[in-house]
Amino acid sequence: MRTFRIIATYFRLGILGELEYRANFFIQIFESILGLVVALGGLAVVFEHTENLGGWSPDQLVALVGIYLLVGGLINMVINPSMERFMQDVRQGTLDFTLVKPADSQLLVSVQRVEIWKLVDVLIGVAVIGIALARLHSSIGWGETAVFAIALFCGATIVYSFWLILATCSFWFVRVENILVIFQSMYSAGRWPVGIYPQWLRFILTFLVPVAFAVTVPAQGLIGQLTSGNLGLAVGLAVALFIIARLFWRYGIRFYSGASA
Amino acid sequence: MRQNTFTRHLAIYQAQFKIWTAVQVQYRVAMIIWLIGIIIEPVVYLVVWSNVATASGGSVGGYDSAGFAAYFIGAMVVNHLTFCWHMWEYDTIIRQGQLSARLLRPMHPIHADLAENLAYKVITSVVVVPTTIVLILIFRPAWQPQVGQMLAFFPALVMAFLIQFFMGWALAMAAFWTTRISAINRIYFLGKLFLAGQLSPLSLLPQRLQSAASISPFRWMLSFPVELLLGRVAGTAVYTGLLAQFIWVTLSLLAVRAIWRAGVRRYSAFGS
Repeated sequence: MRTFRIIATYFRLGILGELEYRANFFIQIFESILGLVVALGGLAVVFEHTENLGGWSPDQLVALVGIYLLVGGLINMVINPSMERFMQDVRQGTLDFTLVKPADSQLLVSVQRVEIWKLVDVLIGVAVIGIALARLHSSIGWGETAVFAIALFCGATIVYSFWLILATCSFWFVRVENILVIFQSMYSAGRWPVGIYPQWLRFILTFLVPVAFAVTVPAQGLIGQLTSGNLGLAVGLAVALFIIARLFWRYGIRFYSGASA
Repeated sequence: MRQNTFTRHLAIYQAQFKIWTAVQVQYRVAMIIWLIGIIIEPVVYLVVWSNVATASGGSVGGYDSAGFAAYFIGAMVVNHLTFCWHMWEYDTIIRQGQLSARLLRPMHPIHADLAENLAYKVITSVVVVPTTIVLILIFRPAWQPQVGQMLAFFPALVMAFLIQFFMGWALAMAAFWTTRISAINRIYFLGKLFLAGQLSPLSLLPQRLQSAASISPFRWMLSFPVELLLGRVAGTAVYTGLLAQFIWVTLSLLAVRAIWRAGVRRYSAFGS
């Protein structure tokens, strides 16, 4: 399908571009390991003093950290750089180059930049999930794996739609990128299960900045604690947000006045 | 009229203050973003440790939920008053030769950074003070300050600031020798997260990490003033702690002077 060929092309371009700078690979490994030390070190200190955090066991929280790194890696690999590039294009009027291409502009804008070395984060996340699952092997079956995959896909869709809606605002408020920094800060709260936070913070992390759907909900799916009600909510929200983002995009792009106008 | 060194430096600090007030007023949105950034981390750890306390029958390691609230809000305030960011800037400043402009000034570049640092803190306090009050109302910390320790708190706070500033500035000087300064910076902040008491009160760390924290400058740059603020330092430990801080202020100041001299010589070599 054309969509997938376009995505694959941009991935290849991203890889080719980054292979020139192999040092960045080692820098990324270093940063990913630091991130891992912070997350797992924090868990280690906490579990010196308790067996159970908000209903989660140590191995379950390790799986959560793995999902946190995996989703974070995916966001930083494609969504972040592409959206930042898009906002820069709107500011400088260079979005014209994207708009004249014979493919859907939303698709192009969403995958135009791929920071391939962030794949290290994704792989480390997968490895951590694998290790945690090995220790939890008794309780993970095919049902949980399927629910996890669905929840992960919905979480990624929700985050992408949320980012796109925010980025679309740059058609009107040209300096929006500051607001996106908020997401980065609040995402770090996703390292812990959202259920432990007080009511007001949980609300913010679920409906204002969708960190809960990105990390906690798939983790709950993996360990079999996700109710079908919440899974349905995640799916419904993913579909709704994707449609809203798409419609908002179509509406917003009419307000773009390019450099040539 | 001949200006002496003191009036000259005073004028510089006043000028920096005016500049930075104007700059910060412009970046109102950035301030809010930054504010969210500095309260997220302590709030997250506060909630996590309160959960641990509740799960362990009310308290853990001498801290209950209200105790953790007091600790992390106190740590947030102390960190705000003592933190240093200059190590992130010097890679650009040195590589792009902007340091040459600073070297031409009739005073050591460190004064510009010190003035900027202090001015920034005074201005951002306008936002941090009400935020702290809101956090106190939400999390209901328990605070029983001890008179003696509160008296020691103020010199401890100043020394903690100096340790962070001098260590941070010495770290920034690494940019004279390498471009991978952000890697070094990240290791430093990793150490600070665990050993300076940002992740948890130091008394909750495994014994070996606690010893490492006390031998390193980390405990003395953040945790010690917070411990004094909360009244958790017993007897003579107040004096030995202040002495340790004094030693680290001296050591880090000596490090700054030594590294600066070596680095500037290297920098000049490129210019000619």
